[in-house]
Amino acid sequence: MTRRPIRFYQVGSFAVGNRLLEDEERTVQSDAKRTNSIDSGHRACQGCGEALGARYALDAAMRATNGQLAVVNATGCLEVFSTPYPETSWRIAWLHSLFGNAPAVATGVAAAMRVKGRDVRVIGQAGDGGTVDIGFGALSGMFERNDDVLFICYDNEGYMNTGVQRSAATPPAARTATTEVVGPHPGNVFGQGKDLPRIAMAHDVSYVATATVADLHDLEAKVDKAMSLHGARYLHILVPCPLGWGSASSDTIHLARLAAESGLFPVFEAEHGVVTSVTPIRRRVRVEEYLRRQKRYAHLFATEPATDVIARLQAMADANVARYHLVNDETANSDLEA
Amino acid sequence: MLAQIEGSKAIAEAVARCRPEVVCAYPISPQTHIIEAIGVKVKSGELAPCEFINVESEFAAMSVSIGASAAGARAYTATASQGLLFMLEAVYSAAGLGLPIVMTLANRAIGAPINIWNDHSDAMAARDTGWILLFAESNQDAVDLHVQAFKLAETLSVPVMVCMDGFILTHAVEGVDLPDQENVDAFLPPYVPRQVLDPDQPVSIGAMVGPEAFEEVKYLAHLRQLDALALIPRIATEFSESFNRDAGGLVRGYRMEDAETVVIAMGSVLGTLKDAIDLRREAREKIGALGITTFRPFPEAAVADALRSATRLVVLEKAVNPGGRGVLASDVALSVPRSPLSSVIAGLGGRPITRASLEAMLARAASGDLPAVTFLDLDEAAVAAERARLADVT
Repeated sequence: MTRRPIRFYQVGSFAVGNRLLEDEERTVQSDAKRTNSIDSGHRACQGCGEALGARYALDAAMRATNGQLAVVNATGCLEVFSTPYPETSWRIAWLHSLFGNAPAVATGVAAAMRVKGRDVRVIGQAGDGGTVDIGFGALSGMFERNDDVLFICYDNEGYMNTGVQRSAATPPAARTATTEVVGPHPGNVFGQGKDLPRIAMAHDVSYVATATVADLHDLEAKVDKAMSLHGARYLHILVPCPLGWGSASSDTIHLARLAAESGLFPVFEAEHGVVTSVTPIRRRVRVEEYLRRQKRYAHLFATEPATDVIARLQAMADANVARYHLVNDETANSDLEA
Repeated sequence: MLAQIEGSKAIAEAVARCRPEVVCAYPISPQTHIIEAIGVKVKSGELAPCEFINVESEFAAMSVSIGASAAGARAYTATASQGLLFMLEAVYSAAGLGLPIVMTLANRAIGAPINIWNDHSDAMAARDTGWILLFAESNQDAVDLHVQAFKLAETLSVPVMVCMDGFILTHAVEGVDLPDQENVDAFLPPYVPRQVLDPDQPVSIGAMVGPEAFEEVKYLAHLRQLDALALIPRIATEFSESFNRDAGGLVRGYRMEDAETVVIAMGSVLGTLKDAIDLRREAREKIGALGITTFRPFPEAAVADALRSATRLVVLEKAVNPGGRGVLASDVALSVPRSPLSSVIAGLGGRPITRASLEAMLARAASGDLPAVTFLDLDEAAVAAERARLADVT
């Protein structure tokens, strides 16, 4: 067997554990002393964006709180793949009760910790179903009371655990098992959307941010920032799902990046309801480049491409770009115009 | 300390003396006066360290209680009726996780048609949740049951629901002997959780269990309920030694010594029933009553033992099992399979159960004229008219 040399190659500035970087610039994941909040050996699919997002978010939170962290998990993929009897992947204090109550359970944990005089910080976490649909009332209540909880949504845009059904976070035109590619309007409907980061901002909570698993340093920095604040906070992370999206498991990071670079998923931070920073798009891509790599949109690219549908999706991306001023350098648009 | 006090306020006093650490509730009639009174105590700092959390739904109220209890705090909440149904998923979760939450259920009917008044339909929805369900006969009883409930819950790591009749008890002002703080402190030690959410000793609570172990988990919960049947009388004895009055236990008989006819009931109707029985006794009728204090786990052996020499059983209850006999009647029938039993449904949606109605019902029972299922005090004409109208339509 020939020995393969280690290749120090640069993948933009987003690479994880890039050995060309100075120690302080490297991700915590390359540190042998990292907390490993969710241990390896769990049963997530290959290329699972949620497992990756949760690992980075919780490791960063453990670091920020010096290990004084308790996590409340909603029912969903993350709960199921991490705790099959009799095993658990969690090396942190972890509690699961139901699908729709994680924000309220987290409130209870935070209250108990205060009463007990313990400086233990609390994170609630759920997929998009547990956040924007069934857990929405509890989440809004938690925001409104300004309970001392960071709630993290790992958004893979559907009910993947139950077999890829539509959630309120499923984008228009996407195929799911309950928005099949049949009838005059194949895929999901063009609804009004349910933009949880903006709904969170409307609650005027101290911190709202979005992130993707394509930019893990950014994700870690946002968790760090969130844990430096108190009261209700919200972090919405886009986590591609190879199973539900019909994408290659090797494409998870790439798709997350394309979602941001197309403008379909704006990456930003807001404090007390006001956007304070955005991650600018450096190389803007047309939505087709993002959509084409996913089987859930395959019907848009049949023999006769659904140009009208694609145009509507492009318009959504354009609206995001305009709303969040995602392009501050005209050269970023050059690809788009070409 | 004797006080002339509303039932809800008495419960608030009793719960306060149990030193809860997190109280979370959502308002619903007729539970509101309880949580209002506790809310004042928490907000004024009287119960510090204790947090009172106003939430957006009963589902959240039970969920916050779950989080607080799992993180080691003594948690209390209260609800009624639709509120219990709305939180039911979390009610099961609390029991499954073995969290010793105490909840007052201010018993109220279930809609539709919407009705805010008393019956026991709500508690019936919780009968298989894995919670211990205790029924209070009076406000004194309700106060004493709450003090016992925390001890019972925390000893077994099982949640306990104390059921008290909405309005009839919660809004009735009467004399109640409120337990003194030092007596409660001596009776109820601080809560030491069996397992706790603690970053210094991290555990995963609420993990998934598949077919390979789920039945064992549920069987262990079943055994825990059987343990409760042994523990409840012991705690009642301990309570009576500490507070010099009787409360709690599994069942309580009234004039049962030579009773041939026994009426079995739960809750405040036992007061009226005892008066009716006294009157029948004056007419030399051999009649008694059996009050069910512990409805879940159902004390089959204690019920069978209490009813061993009765020849005629009447189960009087404020809940309906449409198309069948009453829920309590079914439980009693399983405990004493060979005894003839009449199921009497009464007091639904707050209809008063008067002594006169009960006397008439007891007279029918004595003459063997009580059918298998009776709805007490029906407006027969209204029912007949509606049946006739429906017959025309179909």
